[in-house]
Amino acid sequence: MIKVEQLVKKFGENTVLKQISTTIEQGEVVAIIGPSGSGKSTFLRCLNLLEEPTSGDIWVKGKKITDPKTNKLAMREQIGMVFQHFNLFPHMTVLDNVTYAPQKVKNISKTDAEEKAYELLEKVGLTEKANTYPNKLSGGQKQRVAIARALAMNPEIMLFDEPTSALDPEMVKEVLDVMKDLADSGMTMVVVTHEMNFAKEVADQILFLDNGKLIEKGNPTSFFSSPQTDRAKYFLDKVLS
Amino acid sequence: MNLDFSQIVPYIPFMLKGIWVTLKFVVFSISIGLLLGTILALCKITNVSILKWLADAYTSVFRGTPLILQLMIIYYAVPQLIGYDISAFLSAILAFGLNSSAYVSEIIRAGILAVDRGQVEAAQALGVPYPKMMVHIILPQALKNILPALMNEFITLTKESAIVSVIGYLDLMRRAEIVGAKIYRNFEPLLFAGIIYWVMVFILTQIGKRIERRMRQSD
Repeated sequence: MIKVEQLVKKFGENTVLKQISTTIEQGEVVAIIGPSGSGKSTFLRCLNLLEEPTSGDIWVKGKKITDPKTNKLAMREQIGMVFQHFNLFPHMTVLDNVTYAPQKVKNISKTDAEEKAYELLEKVGLTEKANTYPNKLSGGQKQRVAIARALAMNPEIMLFDEPTSALDPEMVKEVLDVMKDLADSGMTMVVVTHEMNFAKEVADQILFLDNGKLIEKGNPTSFFSSPQTDRAKYFLDKVLS
Repeated sequence: MNLDFSQIVPYIPFMLKGIWVTLKFVVFSISIGLLLGTILALCKITNVSILKWLADAYTSVFRGTPLILQLMIIYYAVPQLIGYDISAFLSAILAFGLNSSAYVSEIIRAGILAVDRGQVEAAQALGVPYPKMMVHIILPQALKNILPALMNEFITLTKESAIVSVIGYLDLMRRAEIVGAKIYRNFEPLLFAGIIYWVMVFILTQIGKRIERRMRQSD
């Protein structure tokens, strides 16, 4: 589904990603973990070219998206993204947030877009908030709307950039539950997260990044019980204690 | 005290006509200013350096020289080059529209820059093309923040419109001057014109407040 080869990203003199290569299969849930500043978010943002890689290549569904000729917008239609700070459109109601892109990007009729939106809002448990503006919602509700908004485009891959980091502790679960449902439905997901329990339970593959390098990858059971590198051991000691 | 308002009574219809004349060219000027100002603002935030340079140069020239000079160049000097006369009305809306767009572009640029970067990213991640993103997502949010500044600019323009009287355009101000010369009394017609300007600005302010309230719906 996604193949990354020798990905390098520099911000000026600062090399944030160093030669990262990996593959992500269809239906797989990949959790990217690591200390702050390790390049996790930058890596994720390269996958839909919100950040332009400095060098290296990325293929999505067999298509080389790092090719300058690739239609970025068409590629992004297939990849949904959920942000740490939700980034809902504050001047639109919840319903308009969810129906905007299908209508304006995919030219789906208003009725069809709304029908689909209500379906998704029901999935995330927010049907009754359809006509509310985002600033009347709690953080957890905002993030669930953001997930519905991304799903409205029928993406084949979903990227999550620390989706629960900006939430009050009691709201983390409602968002993670929605993500679990999504994972169970077979969605390909790439999740940058600090929620180790989520990574352990839901992920099929763990990528551990440190200082811009992919230093360990593997299935969650072996990663969490017997990490191979000292860096990962040290990190897990700190976060799981 | 030597005030006699009864003398201006016969001239009131003549002066009131000036309201329409002033309003007409103010509306045109504001429209040009808003449209061109938006385009200039978009040029200023692109990565295309030539567009950026042109927009900055434009702003520098129109903000850096007196409006009255720009008005007189368009009305008196340009016809000397092109061989056609430009009507007072056209000169007025050109001078005021072009001048205002320089200020409006700075206001809109600031408004766009103040919109959270995450909004652009969210739109990009959904595959929204740049023009739609600007029109539907970024500009509405920018506009909401800059509305007070924009209203200020429109109010200034409405009042400063009085300087078109120097090219003989029969606006409210020019009419007050004419009446003053006819009846040899200046205080009454000028005061009358002053009140009308104040009322126009007052109405404009109320419209601005109403729009602002409507835009704050989502707060």
